[in-house]
Amino acid sequence: MKEMQALIAMEGIEKVFPGVHALNQCRFELLPGEVHALVGENGAGKSTLMKVLTGVYQKDAGHIYFSGKEVQIPHTKAAQDLGISMIHQELNLMPDLTVAQNIFIGREPRRAFPLFVDEKRMNQMVRELLERMNLQLDPREKVADLTVAKQQMVEIAKALSFDSKVLIMDEPTAALTDNEIEDLFRIIGQLRERGVGIVYISHRMEELKRITDRLTIMRDGCYIDTLRTREVTIEQIIAKMVGREIDAQARPMIQQVSSETVLEVRNLNRGKVLKHISFQLKKGEILGISGLMGAGRTELARAIFGADPIDAGELYIHGKPATIKSPHDAVKHGIGYLSEDRKQFGLMVEMDVKTNAVMPSLPQFRRWAGVMNDALAEQTAKQVTEALQVKTPSIHQQVKFLSGGNQQKVVIAKWLIRDCDILIFDEPTRGIDVGAKTEIYRLLNELAQQGKSIIMISSELPEILRMSHRILVMCEGRITGELTHETATQEAIMTYATMRTGT
Amino acid sequence: MNVVVNETEKRQPRSSGMLQQLLAFASLIVLILVFSLLSSNFFQFSNLVGILLSTAVIGVLALGATFVIITGGIDLSVGTVMTFSAVMTGTVITSWGLPIPVGIVGGILAGALCGLISGVAIAKMKIPPFIATLAMMMITKGLSLVISGTKPIYFLDTPEFSEVAMGSILNAVIPGLEIPNAVLILFVLAILASILLSKTIVGRYNFAIGSNEEATRLSGVNVDFWKMVIYTITGVFSGIAGILMASRLNSAQPALGMGYELEAIAAVVIGGTSLSGGKGTILGTVIGALIMSVLTNGLRILSVPQEWQTVVVGVVILCAVYTDILRRRK
Repeated sequence: MKEMQALIAMEGIEKVFPGVHALNQCRFELLPGEVHALVGENGAGKSTLMKVLTGVYQKDAGHIYFSGKEVQIPHTKAAQDLGISMIHQELNLMPDLTVAQNIFIGREPRRAFPLFVDEKRMNQMVRELLERMNLQLDPREKVADLTVAKQQMVEIAKALSFDSKVLIMDEPTAALTDNEIEDLFRIIGQLRERGVGIVYISHRMEELKRITDRLTIMRDGCYIDTLRTREVTIEQIIAKMVGREIDAQARPMIQQVSSETVLEVRNLNRGKVLKHISFQLKKGEILGISGLMGAGRTELARAIFGADPIDAGELYIHGKPATIKSPHDAVKHGIGYLSEDRKQFGLMVEMDVKTNAVMPSLPQFRRWAGVMNDALAEQTAKQVTEALQVKTPSIHQQVKFLSGGNQQKVVIAKWLIRDCDILIFDEPTRGIDVGAKTEIYRLLNELAQQGKSIIMISSELPEILRMSHRILVMCEGRITGELTHETATQEAIMTYATMRTGT
Repeated sequence: MNVVVNETEKRQPRSSGMLQQLLAFASLIVLILVFSLLSSNFFQFSNLVGILLSTAVIGVLALGATFVIITGGIDLSVGTVMTFSAVMTGTVITSWGLPIPVGIVGGILAGALCGLISGVAIAKMKIPPFIATLAMMMITKGLSLVISGTKPIYFLDTPEFSEVAMGSILNAVIPGLEIPNAVLILFVLAILASILLSKTIVGRYNFAIGSNEEATRLSGVNVDFWKMVIYTITGVFSGIAGILMASRLNSAQPALGMGYELEAIAAVVIGGTSLSGGKGTILGTVIGALIMSVLTNGLRILSVPQEWQTVVVGVVILCAVYTDILRRRK
């Protein structure tokens, strides 16, 4: 491996944003046929470094070598011409176009009269491409009709159609089921054999151990180390990432749950996504909801919160029937919802920390005739964000400049200021780095101890097992199993999660 | 990432808004200077008052439009709702013979009602704002003609009505300061709108909806309700504009009003409010409206034909929005 000419070598990369030294003397090397993980907490500079490589950002200093030759990458087109492609976490596909149309967007084969696209030839080319990748996909299918996993495959196929030599994957497995992940790994294996270099960004340590050859660790915009994956343990990697040792396995002390029922759901139904859902939530309880992608977990949360209409079902809050037709009603009943997609559904990213934190509670800060008591709002926002240890230069900082973990804390602050006693956390640690995860866990435990009742939806089994007093497992819109903290195992959950009852 | 806490970063969001207004204000000053140099007739008290007076109606419409535009919506009906309000005021005062204040209230209520209906169509029926207000534009245009019998309504028996816009309370307080009430009303409304937008709960929700409507809804805010409120506010402003218009012309002209909505939207956009929502200021809108009237007035004084004045305004809109985009890109 040592003798090989590196595909990519980045040296002494510098990038400064106003007030933030995002990249400080960073380096990175990628060999042909190598899967190279880029790890670090959120805000460590991984994405920024990759954006420099793909021409989204311009480096302030440093050198980039491609197959030994120094190159300049002034825009994304330049990266594409070199054969560097990135598969983004948020897929960049046009849902209303077909697979083939997406893959050939901007360079469609034309007919003799070049105003017309040669759809037939395009479909044929895509069919060949997909066959080479061993993918079962119809080029004529609309992307909107595909699963997330298939859409991702389309993205990969698109990158390969450019004859890419370097493929950057940002959290590629975040939205995939286990089977789909296997498919992805198989394709990564094929690509590796063809000499494609792959940069693999992920927070899932087990995956990194399995799939990557080497890893480069970054912290606070600095290069820390490059290691052979085989030769290090997960604990060592995490230690280098956060600069301190973390005991990832320790289960927190589980507090006793009171017997008082706070929320009861009876026979909730919504189309095909929720069928006969009934359960109770106790005071001070963390109720985990597990299941595979598409099992109906988020739909359940949104139905309880009134974000989506339901067909049938009753809700009882503190024993009294409650009508919840909108999030507005839900909040009035003291229910707060933390969406899995913070940026789209949880926050106004262009606005500052304070505005976001007090948004659900504005009526509390009204003086007269609707005029706001800004001083009080500011003071409250400051107190709560400080108590949650939100890392921000000030509460007037725009939320988009905060890291994922801190953004999540701002969302938590919203509901604490509103004084909600039922909190629904949908994937509370998605896209959050290891250090911040531990802090979110600590927060959840504290909230439960204070008597708040928590529903926690999570795709990560260790997280569910570690945090929940009780676990409900969903499959195809039904609750297929209930486990207590003591009886729950990964195997038990997976058994229920795949317990299809048919239609 | 090393977070460097410094004063400039903390103040960043505010100072960029300030800069935006400063730039708009600077262009206004430059325009006034240029016209003053090119024509000695421009910088005369009477001409300046004329400019302010011609800003009043479009200005009030633009104030109202600012609200919906900040939500990320649009209101194409402000011009014809203005006409409808004027016609309603005329009907109440001349046909029904009721006192002037009742007519004024009637006009404002008519505007509010139109705004509320648009709001219901948008928030409850989920009709896109462009379509809902396009429909409202046509409905009010038609109704104005129907109610007035397609003829202007003249306030012949109530000459005092023209005092509403053209009289001068200021002159009574400070003799010699002959600034018509319409101008005074514009500035008073601007201050009110500014308070409403920056200090009250309506304003907060207004920006929140424009910034991320779904996140606002999921924060438990009754977004549908507040949208209806905001469209109603816009309707109220259109109603007031209608009364100013009727008072200034001493008649309600049912055929007038089409095209005013676009001038109002232009003023809002020149003032730096983003059509995609979430950003905007009242001060910007006032400056935007002033830039438009200074431009038309100045060009008229320089004897530029009216056709060309329109072309210039179009170019100015392009330039204003483009500089805004350039600045944001940094």
